[in-house]
Amino acid sequence: MLAHATPTTIAVRVRGLSDRAIAWLFITPTIALLLAINIFPLIWAVYLSFTNFRANRPYAEVDGVGLRNYQRVLNDPDIWIAMQTTAHFVFWTILLQTVIGFALAYLIDRKFRGHAFWTTVILIPMMLSPAVVGNFWRFLYQPQIGLFNYIVSFFTGIPPSSFEMLGSVSLAPWAIIIVDTWMWTPYVMLICLAGLRSIPDYIYEAAEVDRASAWRQFWSITVPMALPFIMLAVLFRGIENFKMFDMVMLLTGGGPGSTTEVASITLKREAFESWLTGRSSAFAIILFVAVFGLANIYVKALNKVKQR
Amino acid sequence: MSSVNTTAHSVVEPTPTVKRIAGTIVILYALVTMIPLAWIFLTSIKSPPDSISYPPKVVFTPTLEGFCNLFTTRTRQTPDYIQSLPAPTSTCDEITRNRNMVIAGPSNYWPRFGNSLVIAFGSTFLAVSLGTFAAYGFSRFRVPLADDLLFFILSTRMMPPIAVAIPIYLMYRQFGLSDTALGMILLYTAVNVSLAVWLLKGFIDEIPREYEEAAMIDGYTRLQAFWKVVLPQATTGIAATAIFCLIFAWNEYAFAVLLTSGSAQTAPPFIPTIIGEGGQDWPAVAAGTTIFLVPILVFTIILRKQLLRGITFGAVRK
Repeated sequence: MLAHATPTTIAVRVRGLSDRAIAWLFITPTIALLLAINIFPLIWAVYLSFTNFRANRPYAEVDGVGLRNYQRVLNDPDIWIAMQTTAHFVFWTILLQTVIGFALAYLIDRKFRGHAFWTTVILIPMMLSPAVVGNFWRFLYQPQIGLFNYIVSFFTGIPPSSFEMLGSVSLAPWAIIIVDTWMWTPYVMLICLAGLRSIPDYIYEAAEVDRASAWRQFWSITVPMALPFIMLAVLFRGIENFKMFDMVMLLTGGGPGSTTEVASITLKREAFESWLTGRSSAFAIILFVAVFGLANIYVKALNKVKQR
Repeated sequence: MSSVNTTAHSVVEPTPTVKRIAGTIVILYALVTMIPLAWIFLTSIKSPPDSISYPPKVVFTPTLEGFCNLFTTRTRQTPDYIQSLPAPTSTCDEITRNRNMVIAGPSNYWPRFGNSLVIAFGSTFLAVSLGTFAAYGFSRFRVPLADDLLFFILSTRMMPPIAVAIPIYLMYRQFGLSDTALGMILLYTAVNVSLAVWLLKGFIDEIPREYEEAAMIDGYTRLQAFWKVVLPQATTGIAATAIFCLIFAWNEYAFAVLLTSGSAQTAPPFIPTIIGEGGQDWPAVAAGTTIFLVPILVFTIILRKQLLRGITFGAVRK
């Protein structure tokens, strides 16, 4: 009897719940929770984005305003500046983190003595809370007493109180880029390391036999083979930094002026300080569609690279 | 790089010089990144004047003043009044008196830290349980639209937290969930469950189906097979997933600052609000930060081997 019992017939024959019932029993709670806490609010936000509702006046009459919120958001120069600031952050943080992260991964992959231990040490910043650590960085950046200014002046001779990382229009964005790079380079490094370790040794051995130079091996084997992983790291960091909020909030709060006001900060101000709930919902939807669209296009490109 | 050599080990093995150079650069980088963390710890055991002296002090007399200030609220008093009080009964009392202050009561740090513990562990438990079931469901059964559902689950993470926070704020206000631990647990569970499903699906996919089939031939039901065969096999994966959910919930700030104000506030929004006389009391902030970071530091060191899978979201697997 057992001889011709394929898995499916066993599954049908066993007592208790059918597989179909178990599948739904197992999956439904998760889907239900996501519907309740993610999708329902999202749909609500879509609805609100077409109204003039303000959350601080819950009993005021709510009117539909059609597409006016979207129109206003898209025509608001401040919001475009915030988008530009966000793009600026995303660009520089990704560039720095990818270059440093890949370089570190490449060096760690040389498997020097103690590399496992030092890899763990390097990983620590990314496990910490951006808000809690970001708050402390504000102390490190103090022009009069901060360690950062002291170290910079120690090596460059620039007087420490002559530059203010968080208070100056030109330096404040870099203050945030530095902290973000400090925190998240390990993340990129780890993914790159996974990529480098996935390259089989025999390819290098073949290249050695062909007398390919180290430089040639790096550009013809290492980089292309690790590229899908690097791109994946860029995708994850891109999505995360597009949403960047906690670190900016704690370091500069969007200031000085609005030089570091990224999209999330503008959104927070509109939604929870100006209480323009309808308008900020429209902005939120636009942001979501932008990330979602960009991520989708990017994933297509990533898949193409993977299939090569 | 060296030409083809004739020794026993692989030709791609880096030379000792290359290794030494690589090691030096990596170690230098690691030491530089550790400076801010070392400074947090050093500041936590400094006195307030030492913490803001310039040039920054590396050599100083350690004191527990920061920790004492972290755990208490204090009021300034005249030296005469302090003279009239009975002798200080604790070290903390003594430190406080030296600054012409008396302890007015305990600070909010421990309750906030407690909230962090309850919310982080509560949501991790829920997210991992739900995630394990869902991952098993997706891994073993033919679910209609499985790929779409999985992508939907992942896409819920692309939304900026502030964007979802607006309707959640309204919804929670409606249902009386705002500023409650339950509300935060549900929210973090929802955010984490997508990660949990993706990670755990990867782990469960790797457990051969034959194990369950063998158990079912022995007379186990599907549920028993899941419970007695699959779960024990997936323990490592479940543990790794739990760590990631825990780290997220422990570190989260945006939702916490918008949706909690008092009784359910967690430590991340609370620590930046620790102020002393004239601005932030940096030794106390550093003390609070140190205590807050210790659990995560310990986890990182213990579980470093499991980190990779979790960080790459399981997506790096072939």
